[in-house]
Amino acid sequence: MTNTLHRYGKADAFSDDYVVFAMPSKGKNDVGAIEKLKTFLRICVRHGPSNIGASGQGGYRPSRTLNPRVHWKRDLDPDFENVIEGVSKAGTAGAVFDSRRKAVACLADVIAEDLGLSVNISTSVEGARDVGRECGIERHSVEYSLGFTDAHDRLPRGQLLELATMCGHGMVAFSLAQKMLDMVREGRRTPEQAAATLSRFCPCGVYNPSRAVRLIEEARTHQ
Amino acid sequence: MQIDPGKCVACGNCVPVCPMGAIYVDTGIQRATIDGDECVECGTCFRGMSQERLNPTMVRAVRRLARMFRFRFEPEPDVCPTGAFVMDDLEWPRLVRRVFSDPLVEHDSTGIAGRGTEEVKTNDVAHRVGVGEVGYVIEFGRPGTGVRFHQIQAMTTALASSGVTFEPKNPITHLMTDTDAGTLPEELLGEKILSAIVEIKTDLSELGAVLSTVMDVSRRIDTVIAVGVSTRCDDHGEDTFLAPLLEELGYTFERAKTNMGLGRVTNVRKEDAGDQHPASVR
Repeated sequence: MTNTLHRYGKADAFSDDYVVFAMPSKGKNDVGAIEKLKTFLRICVRHGPSNIGASGQGGYRPSRTLNPRVHWKRDLDPDFENVIEGVSKAGTAGAVFDSRRKAVACLADVIAEDLGLSVNISTSVEGARDVGRECGIERHSVEYSLGFTDAHDRLPRGQLLELATMCGHGMVAFSLAQKMLDMVREGRRTPEQAAATLSRFCPCGVYNPSRAVRLIEEARTHQ
Repeated sequence: MQIDPGKCVACGNCVPVCPMGAIYVDTGIQRATIDGDECVECGTCFRGMSQERLNPTMVRAVRRLARMFRFRFEPEPDVCPTGAFVMDDLEWPRLVRRVFSDPLVEHDSTGIAGRGTEEVKTNDVAHRVGVGEVGYVIEFGRPGTGVRFHQIQAMTTALASSGVTFEPKNPITHLMTDTDAGTLPEELLGEKILSAIVEIKTDLSELGAVLSTVMDVSRRIDTVIAVGVSTRCDDHGEDTFLAPLLEELGYTFERAKTNMGLGRVTNVRKEDAGDQHPASVR
C-alpha cells in the first residue's frame, strides 16, 4: 500500500511529485499479478524515478549489518533492482517521479504494456488529469483529499508536514523531520543526506527524496 | 516493543524516530525507555533504524570518554548502534495496535496491508463507487497523532445514526460488533493505534450532511482526521458532480488520487476454467 492521498501542500507544490502506482484487486485480477507488478516497476525504472517500492521494500532501506565506517561514508543511492526482485505479494507497486515529463513517459509505456492492473496517479488534481490526457486516456475515478481537520492544534508547521506526510503511513516522525532540518541548518548534513535518511523510514518506497531535498533547501534559509 | 536494557547505550538516536513520541531516555537508569501506553507497535524504531550490532560495553565506554571532554560525536541519526530493539509477541487486544499501525502487516479481513482498503484505487475493476455516488475515506490519527478506538467509535456511531452504510471490505467495519449502530468491541476502546480508515458510500445528495457530521465529531475528539471523497468520472473523464458540489460547500482540494481506468478482470472464473480464457471485462 502507498497511502499518498494526503500529502500536505498546495497544488503547485506537487509539480515535482507524481506517484504512479499499480494495484490488483483481490479476486478480480490478482492471479499472476506478481510478474505484472515486476514488469510495471521495470517500466518505471526506465524513466528515472526518484524512488520505487513494493512488498514493503523501498529503494532506500535500513541495513541490519552496518559497518561503523558508515558514520563517515554512507551510500545514498537507492537500490531499485532489489525492490523489483523482492516483489512477493499481489499488492501495490509504486514509483515516484519528480517531473511531469517522466510521469507521462512512464504512463505511456504502462498503457502500451496493457498489464490489466489498476493504475493510479497521486498528485495535484489537474496534474493527474493532464498526464492521462497527454497519454490519450481519461480518468476513471477520482478521490479528492479534503486535507486534515486539526481542531485541537496537534499538527506542527507546514514545512514539517510537507516532509513527514510524504510517507503516507506516518512512519516519518515530525520530530525526525525537525531533527534533519536542524542538522542541515547547522551544516552537519547535506540536504541529500537528510532526504535519504527520511526516505529510509518509508517502507513502501513512495517517499520522494527529490522533493524532500527541495523542501529542505527552502527551509534552510526560511523557517 | 521493548528495548533491551543490556544492549541500549542511551545514545538517544531512537527518540526522534518514534512517530508517537513514545521513546525517551530515562536519565535515572541511563537507558532509552518506551511508554507502553503511547506506543502503537508500528515497528518504526525496530524496522526503520539501521543497526551496527556493536559491543554495548565498548560503546558506553567511548561515549563516557567523549562526554568527559565535551566532544560531540556525529553519528548517523537513524542508527541503533547495538540493535537494542526487540519486537514482542503480542496478544489480543494489544495485537490490534500492530495490525493497524504497522503498514507491513496484512489485515485478515481484507488481505491488504497498510490501512487495509482498496478505496477507488481499483474502482475500474471493483466498481465500488458509481457515477452520482460518493465514497468517503475518513482517516484518523495520521499524521503523527494516533487515535484510540473510543475516538473512532464516536465517529462511527454518529455516522451510523445518520443512516449510512459502512463498506464491508474494511478492517474497521470488520471489527464492529453492530454495523447498524457503529459500535466497536469494548475491550478495544482504550487501545491506541497510529491510524485507521472508516469507509462509507452515499448518494451525492447526502454529501453535505455526511461531511457536516464528520466535521462536528472531529471537533469533539482529540485527534487529527483526514477526509478523502471519491466518485466515478463520466465517459469523458470529467467529474461534473462531486467537485462543483464540494466547492459549493466551501471545501478546497489540492491533491487527488486518480484511477486511470487501465484495470480489467483477468482472473479465470471457475466456470470458465475449462476454456482457459480469462474473463475480460473493461
